[in-house]
Amino acid sequence: MMINSALPPGLILILGALFLPSLVGNARKTAMLLLPVLTMYLIWAVPDGVQLTVPFLDYTLEPLQGDKLSRLFATIFTLMAFVGGIFALNQKSQIELMSAYAYAGGAVGVAMAGDLVTVFIFWEFMAVASTLVIWSARTKESYGASMRYAIVHLFGGVILMIGVIGQIYHSGSVEFSAMKADSWWTWMLLAGFLINAGAPPFSSWLPDAYPSASWSGSVFLSAFTTKTAVYVLIRSFPGENILIFVGLYMVFYGIIYALLENDMRRILAYSIINQVGFMVTGIGIGTDMALNGASAHAFAHIIYKALLLMSAGAVMYEINKRKCTDLGGLYKAMPLTMVCGTIGALAISGFPLTSGFTTKTMIASAAASEHIDYAWFLLEAASAGVFLHAGIKFPWFVFFQRAPGYVEREFGAKPKDPPFNMKLAMVIFAGFCIGLGIYPEPLYAILPYSVDFEPYKPAKVVHMLELLLFSGFAFFVLLKMMKRTLTITLDFDWFYRKFFNLLHEEFVIKHGGAAFAAFKSASLKRVDTIIKHVFKHHGPEGILARTWPTGSMVLWVAILLGLYLIVYYVL
Amino acid sequence: MSDKQDIHWLCRPATIKKLWIIGIIILVITVGLEFTIHPHAYFGVDGWFGFNAWFGFLSCAAMVLFAKLLGIFLKREDTYYDD
Repeated sequence: MMINSALPPGLILILGALFLPSLVGNARKTAMLLLPVLTMYLIWAVPDGVQLTVPFLDYTLEPLQGDKLSRLFATIFTLMAFVGGIFALNQKSQIELMSAYAYAGGAVGVAMAGDLVTVFIFWEFMAVASTLVIWSARTKESYGASMRYAIVHLFGGVILMIGVIGQIYHSGSVEFSAMKADSWWTWMLLAGFLINAGAPPFSSWLPDAYPSASWSGSVFLSAFTTKTAVYVLIRSFPGENILIFVGLYMVFYGIIYALLENDMRRILAYSIINQVGFMVTGIGIGTDMALNGASAHAFAHIIYKALLLMSAGAVMYEINKRKCTDLGGLYKAMPLTMVCGTIGALAISGFPLTSGFTTKTMIASAAASEHIDYAWFLLEAASAGVFLHAGIKFPWFVFFQRAPGYVEREFGAKPKDPPFNMKLAMVIFAGFCIGLGIYPEPLYAILPYSVDFEPYKPAKVVHMLELLLFSGFAFFVLLKMMKRTLTITLDFDWFYRKFFNLLHEEFVIKHGGAAFAAFKSASLKRVDTIIKHVFKHHGPEGILARTWPTGSMVLWVAILLGLYLIVYYVL
Repeated sequence: MSDKQDIHWLCRPATIKKLWIIGIIILVITVGLEFTIHPHAYFGVDGWFGFNAWFGFLSCAAMVLFAKLLGIFLKREDTYYDD
């Protein structure tokens, strides 16, 4: 093996994560904070171009390469690990913390990989680590969800692997670069990437799995898998037309399901699909501005979505309730959590002066300058819908909706703002949401293409305010129709959670019908006869169950010997 | 909570009424701001007066209604998958 340079930063984060459980107390907390800082330093020390080559069979792998796009995603993944780590400092589950950091390392690994094989290895590693993050909540629900999650991702992994092998076989190279979906193997690659992005028809893995994790686990989960998928799509399928339609579907799927949802963390999970839909649409448009928009939006999205899930996590941490029907009126007891959650909600809606406004609007602008009218109108409607389902619905039902004191009265809970480290993490990310909204230039400077975009034109600001404020007006006018009910909404996972079970029951038991019943009763009768027979001879009264006196044995031996003698003399 | 003093100020009917009035004033001002800007319309209809206001309101109403309709078919008790 020939190593030209240091190890990939993602691998360092993974190796460090594996050591975390061996540390205790403050040493572990210090390591949790230093590890992402070290990783961030290493990411920015990687110059442009391929930095590490490893021969593998007849190919040369490139596990470490640097360019603007790689650095942007590796940076936000590491920043997420750092602030998520601060939030999770008092998480007791060692497995969760280790897996979450290793999961982040896998994402950094994908972002800096130069070849398809390395991408695939880190990709599958992420699937395993994230399954452990869900599983480590250690509830019956999280166990089931983690298994379903693992199955969907292993299935996605198989599809991706077929695509990887097909691509390497036909192109003769392991290179990971822009391609077109014009052959069965490139379609397989695209499908494998899209399953992780939460695209249809498998979108339901995300709202099924993420809300089942612990109060801190879902914060980590929200960041890596879908955004790694966005990264690989930007890298490999920019301008692929079908992505516009896939993205637009995801945008509305997320809104509609979130509107119907009662669980606050599932609302946020659906809204991840909605937001990734914006990015996928941008990738489908494929111009420099659209790809910049998708990248910048991914960066901003990781921050405000983590912030939203932190505020939901803080509520879970304090009162262990997730359903909107159980929540409300928390603004008085948890003021800082409410303020941070609301900042996240405004940012996701793209309100002026937040990071959503300076990033997401780039994608719509790209649709407008390319004159893709249906995409622009649908994205505008979707922007209004984001404010409706996440921007107002989440803070309204969790923190307002009812008079203060409701959860105290109903559940005897004593909610307050969470411990210092959790508050600090929320304040840091809330600061980023506003900071990037007021001063987006540092983010624009690290985007993959040069930026020619001015978000704060008066017309743009007025239009966005109109769109959002009138969506808010619609929310309160239609509030009666949005009353939360104790329900879930069926989705594609119904097929593997219910339908196949029903099929199984239908054909294995019921439709055995008369034949099965006759077979069953005959078998039972046979077993019954055998038991009765054994009981007759070996039971308390059974002839073979009697104890034989030693004397009778001696007698029988004597008789046998006598017979032997007689037989001997006679013959 | 029958005593008026016990009701949090934000929950008093008078406050809620004031909030509605303030909200509507803000909506009117936002639309009024259109007189001060010179928008660049890409598709024609997006240059109409107050386009974003009515488009935002109507798309939200449509999405809520569509969700409600879908809910009739797809909503289940939240214990549906519990065995």
